Amino acid sequence: MSRVQLNDVSKRYGDVDVLRHVSLIVEPGEFCVFIGPSGCGKSTLLRLIAGLDDPSAGGVEIDGRPVDHLQPAERNVAMVFQSYALYPHMSAFENMAFGLRHHGLAGREIDRRVAEAAKILRLEELLQRKPRELSGGQRQRVAIGRAIVRQPKVFLFDEPLSNLDASLRAATRLEIAKLHRGLGSASMVYVTHDQVEAMTLADKIVLLRPVAEGKGLPSIAQIGHPLALYHRPANRYVAGFIGSPAMNFLPGIVSDVTGGCTTALVNGTPVAARVNGLATTADRFGAGAAVTLGIRPEHVALGQGNQTAVLSHLEHLGEYTHAYLTPRNGTETFMAKTAATGWRMGDVVPFTFPPEHVHVFLADGSAVPRIIDVPAQRVIA
Amino acid sequence: MSLFPFVYAVSTSFKQGSALFRPGLWPEPATLDNYRSLFRDQPFAHNLLNSFVVAAGTVLLSLCLSLLAAWSLGRVEFRGRGLLLGTILAASMFPQVAVLSGMYELVSFLGLYDHLGALWMSHLIITLPFTVWVLVTFMRQLPKELEEAALMDGLGVFTVIFRIFLPLLWPALVATGLLAFIASWNEFLFALTFTLSTDRRTVPVAITLISGSSGFELPWGTIMAASVIVTVPLIFLVVCFQRRIVSGLTAGAVKG
Repeated sequence: MSRVQLNDVSKRYGDVDVLRHVSLIVEPGEFCVFIGPSGCGKSTLLRLIAGLDDPSAGGVEIDGRPVDHLQPAERNVAMVFQSYALYPHMSAFENMAFGLRHHGLAGREIDRRVAEAAKILRLEELLQRKPRELSGGQRQRVAIGRAIVRQPKVFLFDEPLSNLDASLRAATRLEIAKLHRGLGSASMVYVTHDQVEAMTLADKIVLLRPVAEGKGLPSIAQIGHPLALYHRPANRYVAGFIGSPAMNFLPGIVSDVTGGCTTALVNGTPVAARVNGLATTADRFGAGAAVTLGIRPEHVALGQGNQTAVLSHLEHLGEYTHAYLTPRNGTETFMAKTAATGWRMGDVVPFTFPPEHVHVFLADGSAVPRIIDVPAQRVIA
Repeated sequence: MSLFPFVYAVSTSFKQGSALFRPGLWPEPATLDNYRSLFRDQPFAHNLLNSFVVAAGTVLLSLCLSLLAAWSLGRVEFRGRGLLLGTILAASMFPQVAVLSGMYELVSFLGLYDHLGALWMSHLIITLPFTVWVLVTFMRQLPKELEEAALMDGLGVFTVIFRIFLPLLWPALVATGLLAFIASWNEFLFALTFTLSTDRRTVPVAITLISGSSGFELPWGTIMAASVIVTVPLIFLVVCFQRRIVSGLTAGAVKG
């Protein structure tokens, strides 16, 4: 059981800010996923925890003990690299055993640990093979095995699945989730740019934004349970990043604010949102304020309502359809995800934005708190 | 065409007496007398051994030194790294004669004159620049994650270099080692300058100093026999190691 804590960590390379003011706690046994676009510093953050890089400011604690002066191997963490980084001239067994042997562990103990890891990862048949004789998925399992045998308190994964093809990725994702349940006590920190991996694996998502986009804000855009990030994004950046296809954003002018509902005019048409406008701390939030309304494509109600739009483009994906709509009264095109298939391009379709699904973002990007009941925590078996 | 001088040397080494001065390629009558006299009249076997000790020692030393140098020059970021690499390259640009007198001072200061150690040291000047450069290039091609993985495993610098990198650099080491061996084996000027006694001479010097029964006679047959003997180990080495220079040893280290 191990708790990882980052206290106001910043990282600069020369003149370039990579991470700003990151404060974060990974609880014991938690599966924490760092996600963000490329260049947001998520891998750097992982390397700071591993000790492969040193923070420019701030400190890292593991189990309440500062580890900044400790070598990577002394931190009791193990890392799985994106490129696997197996020792190519050693067999799978040797790859797992090499570090242990170097630490003077007894031969019988090494054999036991490797056998155990091999059993978990179903590598028993492959132990004598060299990395070049293994497939990508098998190599990744050996790399994970090399981490397991060290019995670390914290596992660090740096985009472990991005070199695998799609079907293997789904299978390995499932295995990592099982592994986390099986190992139980170990904390895991996992870096990915893949939303699906983040949503499916994480107990806690840390969404990072590139410093350049943050405009002086800390690197962490939001920390929370996957569904919390989906249902209650803290700001426009999070709302736009989480969810696929991405949320629609429409500019609007606030016309009315109450505790339970905020109404804004989008191209002159009132759109209601069930947000608590009174709870926001912004002092100039009221009638006349410029805001951005957000609605996810899957929440746009097509075929009902009092507004109409022209279907400008359709993407049929079988299971559902992406519909690009241009409202009759304006120019902003938005997208809807629907199961209906009867429409054709050029059709005029009625639509509405259900108030319980409309997000409101202030000019500075922060979200107005929503009044909704969402399953805030997934049931953890 | 380029083989002709060598073929001629081989043929001459089997000729004898006045046959030496007939330009025919086929030695008639063929004889091994030249080879016999080579080992009988002078300590040629001893010279061969000297050459081998010098060349092997030089190869070992330069590979060890350049492996360590390659790690620090290829992997560690430090100020003046480019300059240092440039200096190493520049060192190989000076002609041997330019460093000869300075080298002589150094050798006598260390008390290595007329000792094979002097040759080890001086031959390093010739071999080190290119072994370092070649190994730095190879070292840089090895994935960085490999070193980081080793760091996570808690391995020390020397373990990383000798247990992880060395096996991966094996083909490069063999190739550069072979070149260093040839350079050291054939080196003449330093060998001539820093050795005095006959039993310290290396083969290239010994060959030059082979003399006939009178000062006016050059024993061509013996000289050619010696040259052939000198070349054989090199050919043997190249053929031997060529099989072991397998590329693609790093395949499977990273994604594939």
